[in-house]
Amino acid sequence: MARIVMDDLHKVYPGGVKAVTGISLDIADGEMIVLVGPSGCGKSTLLRMVAGLETITGGTLTIGERVVNQLEPADRDIAMVFQNYALYPHMTVYNNLAYGLRNKGVPKPEIDRRVQEAAGMLQIADYLDRKPRALSGGQRQRVAMGRALVREPAAFLFDEPLSNLDAKLRVQMRVEIRQLQKRLGTTSLYVTHDQLEALTLADRLVVLNGGQIEQVGTPMELYRRPGTVFVAGFIGSPAMNMIDMAYLRDRGAAPPALPAGTDLVGVRPDDLSLTPGESPAMALRGTVALLEPAGAESHIYVTLDGNAQPITVRVPGLPEVAEGAAVVLHAPLEALHPFNSASGKRTG
Amino acid sequence: MQTKRMTFSSRWLPYALLAPQVLITVVFFIWPASQALWQSMLRQDAFGLRTTFVWFRNFERLFDNPLYLASMKTTAIFAISTTLLAMSLSLLFAVMVNRMLRSREWYTTFLVWPYAVAPAIAGVLWWFMFNTSVGIVPYMLEGFGYDWNHRLDGNDAMILVVLAAAWKQISYNFLFFLAGLQSIPQSLLEAAAIDGAGRTKRFWTIVFPLLSPTTFFLMVVNVVYAMFDTFGVIHATTEGGPAQATNILVYNVFRDGFVNGNLGASAAQSVVLMGIVVVLTVVQFRFIERRVNY
Repeated sequence: MARIVMDDLHKVYPGGVKAVTGISLDIADGEMIVLVGPSGCGKSTLLRMVAGLETITGGTLTIGERVVNQLEPADRDIAMVFQNYALYPHMTVYNNLAYGLRNKGVPKPEIDRRVQEAAGMLQIADYLDRKPRALSGGQRQRVAMGRALVREPAAFLFDEPLSNLDAKLRVQMRVEIRQLQKRLGTTSLYVTHDQLEALTLADRLVVLNGGQIEQVGTPMELYRRPGTVFVAGFIGSPAMNMIDMAYLRDRGAAPPALPAGTDLVGVRPDDLSLTPGESPAMALRGTVALLEPAGAESHIYVTLDGNAQPITVRVPGLPEVAEGAAVVLHAPLEALHPFNSASGKRTG
Repeated sequence: MQTKRMTFSSRWLPYALLAPQVLITVVFFIWPASQALWQSMLRQDAFGLRTTFVWFRNFERLFDNPLYLASMKTTAIFAISTTLLAMSLSLLFAVMVNRMLRSREWYTTFLVWPYAVAPAIAGVLWWFMFNTSVGIVPYMLEGFGYDWNHRLDGNDAMILVVLAAAWKQISYNFLFFLAGLQSIPQSLLEAAAIDGAGRTKRFWTIVFPLLSPTTFFLMVVNVVYAMFDTFGVIHATTEGGPAQATNILVYNVFRDGFVNGNLGASAAQSVVLMGIVVVLTVVQFRFIERRVNY
């Protein structure tokens, strides 16, 4: 149970590589923060800095009331779930869970109580005598979670814990992690590159890029009002379409009344439709390049006239359009996201 | 299990391809071994003119000989001390080198060098260093008030051959331990660090148990080395003395056969050694097949 405050954190590696350049973030007690970004954006480095596995080369990190910059990982009162689970292969599940408690000198009956409780919570009570190699991927994941749980730490750190699981199990574990975190109310920092995981898990989402924070906010805030072109492209699947204002003007399709400085317009695939709605702000002509049915919805890839970049449209069900057919795409004004391409920022 | 079946155009090609290996095995292993078996049941007169077939008399005499039994004990002490010393030192070196970042390759290279030194040369090296009249080590020990004389004192002699034999084996062990250490995932150590284990605790509760397959393998290799491959070291330093204090079984084979000219007894001892190798190998394979821990 602790608040985590990052104040202007920096990480420069001995070779001069800058992995994290000035990150400030205030994580409230009990909050679930998800760090998301492409590979090499510094999200894992940041998490490892919080864990104490990487030294902090600048700024201060506070967990609870203590500045922990110089503390060993063991003294920071955190628990971490690793991507490859990092279970001790020569120990039984029970000993894997008990290892940290024994190191802390917790009395035996108390260790037993906590291990049994965590095992019950994670439904691994039947496997306590097994070694990790005799477990399935999902069970190993649970053991890794259990090892963090029994410690009853001030904060949980998750380093892409679900990326080694198959799709079905990933969804199931995602739900369980969220339920568990809510029930325990433990401050959590969760790193992932999967934006769906990020959207569903986070109280607040932190999008990182190039060692810096692009945007912080609730998942829906970031989805509805991305502050930068990067966030707009990163959050949401399929990715947001970006259309040049110059192209729109040439076609006479420029939407009215966009903020000054706008030279790039973003529109989500869901917000485009093949039929004009009540107040279409924009109408784009093109031909259907590919129709991709995906069950409950379909993705239509449209090549706009005189523009090579294809536009993605998401429609429910299976639309009655043929590949090669000419279509007109409509979007309402409120669905348009105005950006400035030079600054990469939203203009209004 | 799926077996690969090759098809050869000629019936004789596979045999021709196998021939060199078979030939080497026959000439350098099967033939000498069978000779040893045969000779161990023969007795020759002092001039080598007459041989008689004596069945197992050579073995009976061997196990009635207190000197031979003492040599067995010497061998056990020598093999165990050499193995312990060689393994603990090389593990220490490997752990220390594994912690290095930049100079790791240099240290690795230097630590492997002794392995390239011929046993006899290494023996001479130690002979000079520990020479009771001109050696540097006895001179320094004298400064500490210790009177080193491996020519008179059996314990000193044993320490010398153990040191020399272990030194030779450290390089080999070091390489395996280093490889073993590097194959332990970093995340396990990080997890243990977060779990509140300090450096020492991490070593003994995580690293050491995970190294156990390597350790076991090296233990067998080292015991075999100490028992059978240290002839050169002993011959160049103590020649089995003083008063048989460093006369290990292999050295005794050489001495009885080539110095004392008792080929029958020497062959019988070789057969005993062969038996020991077989036992050690069986033990090793049993364990390796079961894997040591995880």
